[in-house]
Amino acid sequence: MASISRFVEQESVATRSDRHRRADAFFKGLTLAAACLVILIMVGIFLQLVRDSLPSLRAFGLRFLITDSWNPVTGKFGALSSIYGTLVSTAIAMLIAFPLSLVSAIFLVELAPARLGRLVGYGIELLAAVPSIIFGMWGLFVFAPYLADHVQPGLQRVLGFLPLFQGPPMGIGMLPAGIILALMVLPFTTAVMRDVLRMVPPMVNEAAYGMGATTLEVVRRVTVPYAVQGILGASFLGLGRAIGETMAITFVIGNDHGVNASLYAAGNSIASTLANEFTEASDPLYRSSLIELGLVLFVMTLLVQVVAHLWLRRVKRAMGEGQ
Amino acid sequence: MKRRPLWVRKLPDQVFKGVATVSSVVGIFFLGWILVVVVHRGIAAISPSFFTDLPSPPGVAGGGLANAMLGTIMMTFMAAVVGVPAGVLCGVYLSEYGRGRLSSVIRFLINVMMGIPSIIMGLFIYTLIVLPMGHFSGYAGGAALALLILPIVARTTEDMLALVPNALRESALALGTPRWRVTVGILFRAARNGMITGILLAVARVGGETAPLLFTSLNSPYWPSNLNEPTGNLTVTIFNYAMSPYPDWQRNAWGASLLIMMGVLALTIAARLAIRERRT
Repeated sequence: MASISRFVEQESVATRSDRHRRADAFFKGLTLAAACLVILIMVGIFLQLVRDSLPSLRAFGLRFLITDSWNPVTGKFGALSSIYGTLVSTAIAMLIAFPLSLVSAIFLVELAPARLGRLVGYGIELLAAVPSIIFGMWGLFVFAPYLADHVQPGLQRVLGFLPLFQGPPMGIGMLPAGIILALMVLPFTTAVMRDVLRMVPPMVNEAAYGMGATTLEVVRRVTVPYAVQGILGASFLGLGRAIGETMAITFVIGNDHGVNASLYAAGNSIASTLANEFTEASDPLYRSSLIELGLVLFVMTLLVQVVAHLWLRRVKRAMGEGQ
Repeated sequence: MKRRPLWVRKLPDQVFKGVATVSSVVGIFFLGWILVVVVHRGIAAISPSFFTDLPSPPGVAGGGLANAMLGTIMMTFMAAVVGVPAGVLCGVYLSEYGRGRLSSVIRFLINVMMGIPSIIMGLFIYTLIVLPMGHFSGYAGGAALALLILPIVARTTEDMLALVPNALRESALALGTPRWRVTVGILFRAARNGMITGILLAVARVGGETAPLLFTSLNSPYWPSNLNEPTGNLTVTIFNYAMSPYPDWQRNAWGASLLIMMGVLALTIAARLAIRERRT
């Protein structure tokens, strides 16, 4: 009896380790499958969008990118006004968000007392969590009227000779879209820049302070030059976010298919055109043109993201070695 | 070196410090402004019927958004059920198994995927699910949201598992524990708070999303009986109501904004608290 039970036990150990090996292989395969899903999705997005924009690609070719007619009635579609609006609103956003987030990040890393810094950090994080549509509601019903009444007329009095600031101050248009976009990427760029500045070895800064340099001198001559590549990468990431932002822009940009030099004029962006028109597009060519717009946006953000991440990875490696 | 009076160096420094302090509170100022506006205007729409009634036709006073609340919860839940496990598994692969070229490609793609605009995810699901099925549906909406959850959860899972000390893995393996039990039973437990934070943040983010739902779940003024039909939801309702000329609808849009904002901010704060618990 004793020998038999020992025999059974041994066998069960053997089968157990066998079972474990199979379970392990299964688990590893499962995780591998999930990981490969990411590749599948990214390739799938590209292929699906290309396939469904084929009718529009065939009809308009590359002219799609450089004509600004957008007429569902005659079936003539061109992406120029949407691309232009996307680029202009993003440019305004970055012009505002870049200096603001750089200075805030410097404040958080170099200047702020620990408790205040943490508080400001929490606040900025919460701002990042506010959904895009809330920015849209606030922008359309509160911020745009405020701009039209109090800011735009004054701006026009001072800078009205520039073509940028001509036309009636309506509150909606390219300028408010850019400002709200700036607010939305601000938390993101600030956070990434803060991380980059924290990677500057404290010894480098402290050496400069030790020589009697003021904070401004340390920041300008030591910290920022040391971190400049990372700062560029961070703003590039922010730019990638701004390009595809949809709802807030759709509320305030005015949704007009035209290319206007004035920032006071209504315009549109790729994302806002999609949000506004997609469900109304019953004609196949119309829908295909909208999907091609989406393809253009996808390729734009993909390029920006890839460049930004490759750049940041190189910078981080270089800074890691410098320590 | 040329000698300069001290104030020439100190004055710009003080000015810079002032400017830096002010610009760091710009974000907080706008956050406060938005919060005050949404709470102030949203409160006016909140009443018991707001939570229990279906939307009323334009011009008819009252009406609630009960169906939209249910729809948003259902689709966010579906997105979490699909997206969180996929993201966790993906993160496990990168942290525990991935060594070679494939894993660095996937890691890179996850970073890129997080930056793809959410409206593109909506468009992708439209071409993938809505067109072949021939109609808008809550499933499509949930799928689009799941695509947004996946990379966030994958990234935080990988980061959090990487923080678990190797000694823990090695001692468990030395006891003869199979690899998958080490991961699920020990590593997950060690990294639990961080992973929960990542999951909550991801769910909070998609719960407030509008763009991916526009062409997938669409919207509906009726109770969602199942997810195989256009499904009402709060965010698209806000969009439609805000653009409408009816004051009643616009007021309800503010009410819905208040709900969404409070829900998202509460989840975000809960996520932060989950991480702080571990530190103390």
